Amino acid sequence: MSATNSDQSVTDDRVARIASSIRVIPDFPKPGIMFQDITTMLLDPVAFKDTIDLFVERYREKDISVVAGVEARGFIFGPPIALALGAKFVPIRKPNKLPGAVISEEYSLEYGTDKMEMHVGAVQTGERVLIIDDLIATGGTLAAAIKLLERVGANVVECACVIELADLKGRDHLGDKPVFVLVSST
Amino acid sequence: MSACNNNNNNNNGDSSDRITGIKSALRVIPNFPKPGIMFQDITTLLLDPKAFKDTIDLFVERYKHEHISVIAGIEARGFIFGPSIALAIGAKFVPLRKPKKLPGEVISEKYTLEYGSDCLEMHVGAVESGDRALIVDDLIATGGTLCAAMNLLERAGAEVVECACVIEVPELKGRERLRSHGKPLYVLVESQFEPSS
Repeated sequence: MSATNSDQSVTDDRVARIASSIRVIPDFPKPGIMFQDITTMLLDPVAFKDTIDLFVERYREKDISVVAGVEARGFIFGPPIALALGAKFVPIRKPNKLPGAVISEEYSLEYGTDKMEMHVGAVQTGERVLIIDDLIATGGTLAAAIKLLERVGANVVECACVIELADLKGRDHLGDKPVFVLVSST
Repeated sequence: MSACNNNNNNNNGDSSDRITGIKSALRVIPNFPKPGIMFQDITTLLLDPKAFKDTIDLFVERYKHEHISVIAGIEARGFIFGPSIALAIGAKFVPLRKPKKLPGEVISEKYTLEYGSDCLEMHVGAVESGDRALIVDDLIATGGTLCAAMNLLERAGAEVVECACVIEVPELKGRERLRSHGKPLYVLVESQFEPSS
């Protein structure tokens, strides 16, 4: 995003506050994992608003017609962005939650597989889509979401996350799809 | 309080037009999750940006002068509505989650289901004594989940001002259950019976 020096320092101030509002919980969900907890950011209305604003500013002129949010923390960030952009919000959910006809995409976990689902008819061919989640780790979940959307003919413009776990190189697993993040954590 | 409220701050015609639009954007799916249930699907509302915005606006208009400091949203569909309301009124958003999802120290509240029980959790420290809270979910059925949510917030010292849902299923008497806890309920629409085409 291009910026004058003063715009850039405003952006940096907002990102600094957002980064410091995120809490790290060691050994969750299992030993060795440093869990990035965004719930503390949601307790800081300025940081939460700034998070949404930074995404909206980036995507406002990009003709996004769909914001797809991955259950469940993508449901916290996606809808406010969709509302600000005048776009549809489409929830991407765990199996058997969506009540109507769905399409499913299976994806690998560290052990085993999981599935994500989207309602048939939610997204039309050619729609310009932004995919939102709170965090990108290995990129497995986002890669599956991209596949799901491309199967219905959507154009995934970008993936956007609050946090990136840079060491896990999730970006490399998304093919040619760009990822935009606010905070990169090692 | 009547189920389909018109907000004091708007002329009644404008609110009722918005509510009509919201109601027609909802979809009913018969026999989900099991035979006999007419599932009220809000995902089609989310595909209608004007109707979704109107939904949030109606809640914001009702609460923006009520000094609400916390919006608590019940996983997962409460997460779709709660944060936008919180952002608009400058309140904290607190997710209330199924067990073992929240990474920090939690308090838990058990509640009964038709068969068996479930549990709702909230992070310790999210809510403080003196916080004025609104609880948000997409729909109220029996009120069991909302009562568990109320208990969590009150145990943490907050005052629950109201529960707010998009849809109410009146036959399941959730409103009465909340009233027996002394808590009011605000909803935009009642559940529909006819499957949409």
